[in-house]
Amino acid sequence: MGKVLMKGNEVIAEAAVHAGCKYFFGYPITPQSELVAYMARRLPEVGGLFLQAESEVAAINMVYGAAGTGVRVMTSSSSPGFSLKQEGISYLVGAELPALIVNVMRGGPGLGNIQPAQSDYFQVTKGGGHGDYHTPVLAPSTLQEIIDLTEAAFDIADRYRTPVILLGDGMLGQMMEPVEFKELKEREPEQKEWATTGTRGDGKPRVITSLELNADALEKRNEHLQKKFALIQQNEVRYETYETEDAEYIVTAYGTAARIAMNAINKARKDGLKIGMIRPITLWPFPELPFVETRDRVKGFLSVEMSAGQMVEDVRLAVEGKAPVSFFGRTGGVVPTQEEIYDQIIKLAGGVVV
Amino acid sequence: MTMKTVFEKTAGLTDTQTHYCPGCTHGIIHRMVGEVLEEMGILEDTVGVASVGCSVLSYEYFNCDMTQAAHGRAPAVATGIKRVLPDRFVFTYQGDGDLASIGIAEAVHAAARGENITVIFVNNAIYGMTGGQMAPTTLVGQKTATTPFGRNASIQGLPIRVSEMLSTLDGTAYIERVSSHDVPNILKAKKAIRKAFETQKQGLGFSMVEVLSSCPTNWGLDPNESLDWIKDNMVPAYPLGVYKDVQKGDVR
Repeated sequence: MGKVLMKGNEVIAEAAVHAGCKYFFGYPITPQSELVAYMARRLPEVGGLFLQAESEVAAINMVYGAAGTGVRVMTSSSSPGFSLKQEGISYLVGAELPALIVNVMRGGPGLGNIQPAQSDYFQVTKGGGHGDYHTPVLAPSTLQEIIDLTEAAFDIADRYRTPVILLGDGMLGQMMEPVEFKELKEREPEQKEWATTGTRGDGKPRVITSLELNADALEKRNEHLQKKFALIQQNEVRYETYETEDAEYIVTAYGTAARIAMNAINKARKDGLKIGMIRPITLWPFPELPFVETRDRVKGFLSVEMSAGQMVEDVRLAVEGKAPVSFFGRTGGVVPTQEEIYDQIIKLAGGVVV
Repeated sequence: MTMKTVFEKTAGLTDTQTHYCPGCTHGIIHRMVGEVLEEMGILEDTVGVASVGCSVLSYEYFNCDMTQAAHGRAPAVATGIKRVLPDRFVFTYQGDGDLASIGIAEAVHAAARGENITVIFVNNAIYGMTGGQMAPTTLVGQKTATTPFGRNASIQGLPIRVSEMLSTLDGTAYIERVSSHDVPNILKAKKAIRKAFETQKQGLGFSMVEVLSSCPTNWGLDPNESLDWIKDNMVPAYPLGVYKDVQKGDVR
């Protein structure tokens, strides 16, 4: 098909169409509104449906209804709107319904601003809504990677009957890069025997619910969910390592922060410093393995985030005190510069490069 | 002597015993909905949406595919289902706390969009499941757990008349308020429910039947007194009748 220059938000939308998503229910919020607008124009072209809901709460519940019929369906939002969707996400997990939820993060808390941030890490990886749950979280760092991860997100959602979160930030959403899509093929929709589509002669009515009044029965359902989470942790971890083999120090970052950190690492390497990188692609399940594999031989880890320090907690858990873990972050929509991160690396390596 | 069946359970309901309190008319309303689905031959083409509150378990009682929605969100959930499956019948079954309070936005906007769904709105002027607190439909002067001295309009505001409000929206096709306090009214209620589903069948848009119902437990009345309370107190505050019928060009 050749390369096309596209905006990140539009890449997510087109990638979803390529993944067979024909239903989108959303509500505008900056910096992800182009995604909503793209779907409004694009979905009718592929025989799908776009509906602008009256609120994020309604949108996620429309997703819940549509997901119950077995189709691939999604919604997208940005931080304050994502908070509103938490109720519905908890219900999707409880009722075991697959869906894609995109969060293009901005600065917070509260209304904050519309600049890029990564301050929803806790919310997306630790459950976010009420109850005892996790949702798989995929965090691309380039627009090309968005294409693969959007499809992967729908596949994981269907495989485990769970909502999946695609996590970006305002930078990824707003930037433009050349990307290449595969040819769009008509996909055969998956038949899901649990879907509520009207019984249509196929026997006993089906029920989609997250309610279980009996405590023992609910505990059993929760144990089933926990087993599913364990399976996801076992099968779906994704990460990328860069020059970690001989690294004395390892920088870890995801999404936009990882792109910028990569430039800083390259500069440090040029200056003779042995710096590597671990880039988590799934934030939940968190990739512990590359930390476990390196923690006994490196002199330290540095977590770089566009937050006040959230992922660093998971890094510390993975490192288990076997090496020092430091943190550098900017908040409020301030994007760390390559120079700032480079300076942090120098500080970490304890030296001055001439 | 040959036995002739003159009355039997509707195929629209499962054999599950309902959990409703004695004297509550949810059972009657369930039965009417089930009968209409059976009589129209649409049970197998129907997806119902249960709400939160006393009717939260209605997914166990209706003999069709059912989805349980979060508190107040049933019209949004029904929208999602209907937009994917426009040829299926989709209904929500909601109480007044669910529809008129936490879910008022979802109800108003589903109606405004003219979603081709049917809402069965059960109004008993109180929160039942959570123990008898004030609902948006609680009458002025009515005592509830959270209006122990009676609802005072200057403190708690005035009741919302949902049928009147939604009938002002262009997206609504059929809206009728009925009551469940005696047999003639129950028969009228069933006709209204049928009419609402017929409206959906014809693709005319949003239809809703508001059914005034009883809550003996939280009203602190016996079942018979409760039925009288509907007639004497609720019907005057919530007048019965057709509020909107686009087929007749009838807007009250």
